[in-house]
Amino acid sequence: MVVPMSNDTDSSSHVAVDAVDSGRRDFLYIATGSVATFGTALAAWPFIDSMNPSRNVLSLANLDVDIARIPVGQAITVRWRGKPVFIRHRSASEINAARNVDVSSLPDPQDDTQRVKKPEWLITLGVCTHLGCIPLGNKIGEPRGDWDGWFCVCHGSQYDTSGRIRQGPAPTNLQIPPYTFIDDHTLRIGTDKA
Amino acid sequence: MKEKNTILQWIDERLPVITFVRKHLIDYPTPKNLNIMWNFGSLAGIMLVIMILSGWFLATHYVADTEKAFASVQHIMRDVNYGWLIRYIHMNGSSFFFILLYLHLLRGLYYGSYKKPRELLWIIGVVLLILVMVTAFVGYVLPWGQMSYWGATVITNLFSAIPWIGEDIVILILGGFSVDQPTLTRFFAIHFLIPFVIVGLTMIHLMALHVSKSNNPLGVEVKTKDDTVPFHPYYTGKDVLGLAVFLLIFAVVVFFFPQFFSEPENSIPANPLVTPEHIVPEWYFLPYYAMLRAIPDKLLGVIVMFGSVFILFFVPWLDRHPIRSALFRPLYRQFFFIFVAVVFILGWCGSNPPQGVYVVIARWATVYYFAFFLVIMPLLSRFEKGRSPPESIHAAERMKL
Ligand code: HEM
Ligand code: FES
Repeated sequence: MVVPMSNDTDSSSHVAVDAVDSGRRDFLYIATGSVATFGTALAAWPFIDSMNPSRNVLSLANLDVDIARIPVGQAITVRWRGKPVFIRHRSASEINAARNVDVSSLPDPQDDTQRVKKPEWLITLGVCTHLGCIPLGNKIGEPRGDWDGWFCVCHGSQYDTSGRIRQGPAPTNLQIPPYTFIDDHTLRIGTDKA
Repeated sequence: MKEKNTILQWIDERLPVITFVRKHLIDYPTPKNLNIMWNFGSLAGIMLVIMILSGWFLATHYVADTEKAFASVQHIMRDVNYGWLIRYIHMNGSSFFFILLYLHLLRGLYYGSYKKPRELLWIIGVVLLILVMVTAFVGYVLPWGQMSYWGATVITNLFSAIPWIGEDIVILILGGFSVDQPTLTRFFAIHFLIPFVIVGLTMIHLMALHVSKSNNPLGVEVKTKDDTVPFHPYYTGKDVLGLAVFLLIFAVVVFFFPQFFSEPENSIPANPLVTPEHIVPEWYFLPYYAMLRAIPDKLLGVIVMFGSVFILFFVPWLDRHPIRSALFRPLYRQFFFIFVAVVFILGWCGSNPPQGVYVVIARWATVYYFAFFLVIMPLLSRFEKGRSPPESIHAAERMKL
């Protein structure tokens, strides 16, 4: 199809109108494609993000626990963000056992002082770092394993009195949640800030 | 079809997807004179995808429990990341879906797209419309507001008008003696299921379309290659442009006027002991609702209301005029536009209380609504002369130049 753009008799201008300007066409394709791709990604984000924890879930992030009545040598389990948290009131001998260790010989080397804020209180997630079972040892009478910490019956991981992995398939120590002591008998789990 | 790319060729020999795409989306010969009214089918298809997507994400947070449903929707609006956006897309999406379908349907009615050989295509279209209506109705019950609850009560009770077995049918639909937990649970299950049925039926709709091929504004069948252009890039381009404009309008409503179509009463949690003073359905049901209330007899009212939709099934046999497009039928054209106006009037009556002048107007409008199909169409089929349509699409285009 010949589209006369002007009355110009110069034949070259007709050639220019007739020929496909492939450079310009490519540019249009790429520009359209990029806008469409970017736009789709942008539009997809709200949908994907809606699957993330909603605000009411996040608002349950902090939990205050009264720890005054946990006797020395015993532990309790509380539920924080749907997961168990172990709060253990360690005895002097347990603290000693946790500290008199050649740290470099551990599977996941970490000093006990890095894992507690007050030596007598050990606070860890009660979730085995292998595949997520809850290790035994928090209740009186439950097996605590060879290192007097926790024993995971699922696949035999054993933790010491600092919650560090000593033997078994679990790759890392029990995780430490963020926490802070509000006063002598109140523990706040979920934040590091006092 | 030989492909340059050997991998594509390998796939195509075993599963001819590429041949299929070429045949139906690229080379597909399409009348070259389609106007903007031919955009709404593909837009409706995209809207269906948007509804299924946004609906699925809502379903991941919604709780179909009479105690919690209302709260779970508030939770979506306030707590869930972008929950407000997803809900507003779905909520306004249903209104836009109906706008698209009604335009699509009126296009067919105006250009005679239901006439031979497209009768079945039309009938499948009406079935699609009814399925979309059912989906929208049960979906509106889910947020469990006052309008949800009382809308469900009123509409399910329509079935009690059926002689003898009516009451039992209502109990069967509700799963109890009033709208309650069993109703909500099954409505959610229905609302989740039907859109996928609609997807399947849309495929069949398109299969039928690709047998008879598109009608066009002139209503004359395609005769030679000169009458058509390949679907790609001509109509892919036109559909994408239409989509861009449509999404822009849709976005303006979703972001700036999200409550435009909605009823404030539905922001009050369902209360089985208090009926709202003024029950109105969503706007897209208003004309039918007006016809229901225009009839003083219960059973007759229900028949008229359902009949107003079901009558569409018979259009291919009510209008037997040999000329397809209204462009060449000046009389039909006038009656058609009056019909469109009457539908709007019915909608306006439906949004007002069923008293005084509104009932009178609604009655006359109902008479015209049915007369259009049952009297005007058959009479015009016999007596309207019409103007003779052009030889072919190509010839008509040439004459314009
Ligand atoms: C979910 C709902 C629907 C979808 C997704 C849909 C989709 C489509 C598409 C993509 C086309 C081809 C493009 C076009 O002509 O616009 C088409 C054609 C058609 N549709 Fe639909 N449709 C739907 C509902 C309906 C309804 C409710 C009716 C009528 C009551 C209808 C009647 C027709 C007819 C007669 C054609 C052929 C039109 C022509 O070429 O003139 N459709 N449909
Ligand atoms: S989950 Fe604890 S050892 Fe495997």
